[in-house]
Amino acid sequence: MDFNHTEDRRMISDSLRRYLAEQYDNEFRNKIAYEAPYHDASKWAELAELGILGALVSEADGGFGGDGFDIAVVFEELGRGLCAEPMLANLMALRLYAAFGQSERVDAIIGGSERAALAVWETDAFSTLDDIAMTGGDKLSGRKTVVYGGNSADHLLVVARTAAGKFGLYEVAAADAEILSYAMIDGGGAAEIVLDNTSAKLISDDAADAINAALDAGRLALCAEAVGIMDVLRDTVKDYLMQRQQFGRPIAMFQALQHRLVDFSIEIEQARSIVILASARLDAEDRALHIARAKNLIGRAGKLVAEEAIQMHGGIGMTWEYAASHYAKRLTMLDAQLGDAEDQLRAVMELESA
Amino acid sequence: MDLNFTPEEEAFRAEVRQFLKDNLPEELTTKVRNGLEFTKEDIEQWHAILQSRNWLAATWPVEHGGPGWNATQRHIFDEERSLANAPTVVPFGVGMLGPVLLKFGTEEQKATILPRILDGTDWWCQGYSEPGAGSDLASLKTRAIRDGDDYIINGQKTWTTLGQHADKIFCLVRTSTEGKPQEGISFILVDIDTPGIEMRPIRLLEGGYEVNEVFFTDVRVPASNMVGEENQGWTIAKYLLTHERTGIAGVGYSTQALIELRALAKKLKRRGKPLAEDPIFMSRVAEIEIDLEAMRITNLRMLSDGGAMGTVSSMLKIKGTVIRQAINDLARRALGPAACPFPSEEVLGNLAVAPPEAANNAASYFNNRKLSIFGGSNEIQRNIITKELFMG
Repeated sequence: MDFNHTEDRRMISDSLRRYLAEQYDNEFRNKIAYEAPYHDASKWAELAELGILGALVSEADGGFGGDGFDIAVVFEELGRGLCAEPMLANLMALRLYAAFGQSERVDAIIGGSERAALAVWETDAFSTLDDIAMTGGDKLSGRKTVVYGGNSADHLLVVARTAAGKFGLYEVAAADAEILSYAMIDGGGAAEIVLDNTSAKLISDDAADAINAALDAGRLALCAEAVGIMDVLRDTVKDYLMQRQQFGRPIAMFQALQHRLVDFSIEIEQARSIVILASARLDAEDRALHIARAKNLIGRAGKLVAEEAIQMHGGIGMTWEYAASHYAKRLTMLDAQLGDAEDQLRAVMELESA
Repeated sequence: MDLNFTPEEEAFRAEVRQFLKDNLPEELTTKVRNGLEFTKEDIEQWHAILQSRNWLAATWPVEHGGPGWNATQRHIFDEERSLANAPTVVPFGVGMLGPVLLKFGTEEQKATILPRILDGTDWWCQGYSEPGAGSDLASLKTRAIRDGDDYIINGQKTWTTLGQHADKIFCLVRTSTEGKPQEGISFILVDIDTPGIEMRPIRLLEGGYEVNEVFFTDVRVPASNMVGEENQGWTIAKYLLTHERTGIAGVGYSTQALIELRALAKKLKRRGKPLAEDPIFMSRVAEIEIDLEAMRITNLRMLSDGGAMGTVSSMLKIKGTVIRQAINDLARRALGPAACPFPSEEVLGNLAVAPPEAANNAASYFNNRKLSIFGGSNEIQRNIITKELFMG
């Protein structure tokens, strides 16, 4: 057994960490993350130059990575740096374009010249593809809700039902759709996509498996992002407890607080381990089960870590000005993306009884 | 044992309910239901409505313009207020300074200050915490030094809630560095427009603005503004903390929030079915309801003993905030990804990603993390209980 990453992955992880620390500090991040267009196009181009997008796609499909561990190392660093760029959206889009041999798009996204987003969920329909109502064709109508990165995409990959009862994947030019963009409460952008007899290009008329695989890659990415965030929060809380003086001593001297930090450190190691397991299973037959397990554990551990990090900081942890509060918000809200802990629990129970 | 309210108490409940039905403006209930911020005018309007019936200052005796309610009546009022989706009363004047003056103030202080609290002339805020004195409040450093008929105040206060609306601030200040830290603290009243005071907003993590830092630079205050004796401030602060705190458990709030949560779960769908039929989600709701039912009885046991003191009020503060926060958590989770949008005016208005009464749920969840931090953090409440358990 060997739990070390390959040298290539260590290099991408190191260079991304260094880049975000130097070029994407919290003050900059909080400024762009809440103001339209909710990310920074020049930083996006630089991330593409660093090869971050290429790392998300296999060599055969035009990238130089693409397996679970590649995704995990990238998103762990994005979490550590609290990056608000639409990487999740483009990861899922890249996986789908690659799955259907759309190499022109893959190259353009890897190169940073184009961006895309996956528009799948609808109001009250955000757990499984079966929930989706939109019907496919040359023209699409209806609304896709909370489309991550939909605010900054050139192309939208829209999921809709085909006449044959399958799930089709369609491409819509963002310029042709009505896009209502907004910031998310934890920063970064999303959009409501309103289609009204909008022209669409069919990419695949039977895409369910590929869409679920792309969504699972997205879930893995969120889990890894959470681990990066949790590491930062643990260090921040530890430093704060050692530095904050009350009753004539650092509050780190109080055993009640020490043990709480220990408890959440245990959960962080659990989180790290289940993400390693899920990364290893991303291309395996039992992918869905492992991803659902991972995201359930991440949801539970993330809630504990986020809430405890705020609480142990006292009032400071409640402020916009303090970086840890933004980490805690992101950690809390990423649970709501692509199915929360309860959704994953339902999935695990179904898969295990199948 | 008899778990029923008396007929008189039930009649009182009906009276409160009718009053709220007749007098509570719909704009205010909408804001409460949708978790939106109140303007200063909203709160002044609400206070005036209550005062039209002498119901604003729930703990004050009749001779000073209060309703003269006992603890059970205050509890019933609070429960009905919550169930009607009425705003809370901003406590700094009526709930905090008022009782302090009634107990420790001079006749002149009572005569000049109390009526202005009731009629809304003065909005009071609180200057307790400092950057270096939070849980360890007694270590506060803001200095007040006697100079003739005045005190001169220098220092900094923080977490001053709704200070942006305030005309006046009551402060704990250090008047002596001799002896134990608790023995050198005084309670003093300050006009917010006195030269040398600067109020700076603190933005909270969800984006809202309700607390402030207050800086004092050579602020000159008449010595007659001191409440109680010099160096008696800690006794006054402790009196406030152990003073009757009927509402500390937030039973009314949680009862209403669970009603709203169940209604929301009926409206939303998960996997093609109403969320209200989902056993995983609804089991969490049921568990919280069980905890709330038990706490409701703890709260009533406390009331029939005449009010919450010391340990019981600390226990109710901890359990009550845990329950409120758990309901906020579920109300956010119920939405799935629809909880994600930042609640800008546009998102709350036209975009309708979530139902309007739920569009602010994530922000409310984050904002209410404060419940277990302010008013003596839950860790400090545990210290109080520990002391009683082992040394009481």
